[in-house]
Amino acid sequence: MNEHHPNDAGPPAQHSPTEHSHAGHSHHEAPRAAALELRVRALEQQLTAKGYIDPAALDVLIDEYQTKIGPRNGARVVARAWCDAEFRRWLLSDATAAIASLGLTGRQGEHMVAVENTPQVHNLVVCTLCSCYPWAVLGLPPTWYKSAPYRARAVKDPRGVLREFGVELPPTTQIRIWDSTAEVRYLVLPQRPAGSEHLSEAQLAALVTRDSMIGTGLVGSTALGDATDAIDGAP
Amino acid sequence: MSYRSYADLGGQSVRDPIVPEPEGELFHAPWEPRVMALVVAMGPTGMSNIDMNRAARETLPNYRELSYYEIWLAALEKLAQEKGVLSDSPPAPKLVLRADLVAPVIRQGSPFARAPTAHARYAPGDRVRTITAQPDNHTRLPAYACGKVGTVERMHGAHVFPDTNAHGLGESPQWLYTVAFEEAELWGARQPRQGSIISVDAFEPYLEPA
Repeated sequence: MNEHHPNDAGPPAQHSPTEHSHAGHSHHEAPRAAALELRVRALEQQLTAKGYIDPAALDVLIDEYQTKIGPRNGARVVARAWCDAEFRRWLLSDATAAIASLGLTGRQGEHMVAVENTPQVHNLVVCTLCSCYPWAVLGLPPTWYKSAPYRARAVKDPRGVLREFGVELPPTTQIRIWDSTAEVRYLVLPQRPAGSEHLSEAQLAALVTRDSMIGTGLVGSTALGDATDAIDGAP
Repeated sequence: MSYRSYADLGGQSVRDPIVPEPEGELFHAPWEPRVMALVVAMGPTGMSNIDMNRAARETLPNYRELSYYEIWLAALEKLAQEKGVLSDSPPAPKLVLRADLVAPVIRQGSPFARAPTAHARYAPGDRVRTITAQPDNHTRLPAYACGKVGTVERMHGAHVFPDTNAHGLGESPQWLYTVAFEEAELWGARQPRQGSIISVDAFEPYLEPA
């Protein structure tokens, strides 16, 4: 497969991985994208020919993560915890079982821990070593979660990182950072927004953002990430 | 050290901005979902375990120049070669993921908890010191948390030990703990105060009594 590797020398130096993923359509990126397309197709064909891969299963897998397994699942968990005190206690003491009771189980959700935000403590989740993320409740991780700047800075400069997401916490709030270095996956239970008492569980779930369940957003805040979601993320 | 990871980024100086991303934006090129699906679908075949996958990725010398799905692709190519999957006589796959198996297999997952083979050495509240240096193999103790004193906060039972599992040396289950550190312990007293507590999930061999 060595003939597929010349582009492994890397992109032009001014392109970080983060920039690359957001500038993938520029002209000088086109040859790189075409080479990657070829490499992936070649590998899929080889693995299929050797009897390891069923291409039809790849289509189903992609559909699962594009349409079924995503942050709306985690939002259901959060909204239930806001509405049902018994469920909240269960979630905080045995998250894997409580989340499974909503039919959310499986890959990268085998060992769940839910951590609750309060006025005193704000939780923030990172994986400094790779990109560990609770797929079963949040789906595939966003690019920034896998990127070097987030992984490098979340543990050392959490307030600076939160500021980049438009989140400013009171100086008295402790920031509790969970580095997912093993197979335990963390879900942040955000604070329920004030004045939301009249909302139904489904309406509450609609307010819960992906970033608020990682800890880089607040529910009901005008955080930059949330605003971006509202403008660009509408299906 | 002969083993070198290029992925251990915690606490490093990386100045690039963090770019927020809308919820529905999952992929940035048509080949990316294909790579994601290939990697997930290769899991049940038994070609490699998750720790071998991580080791293959983090040892790519150009790790920092690649986008995340490029890293996944390069590591999958490397493992497919190393494990003989592309050879003339490939080992038989344990299970080929067919379309109708995808949903049940994803939802079943593959738990990493195992029956403990010894009593746990530590309990919540215990003060522990992490080992002073990373071992010369794939490991899950980040460099920033080496040689630091913290407090055991939670226990998670015994889990598959990545340090052995990544190298085909068996699962060797070890007790897993959440160990929390004061920020000054990790970054020094001169670092501007954040008001933060940082934890890692540490396997028992990473810990000594403090």
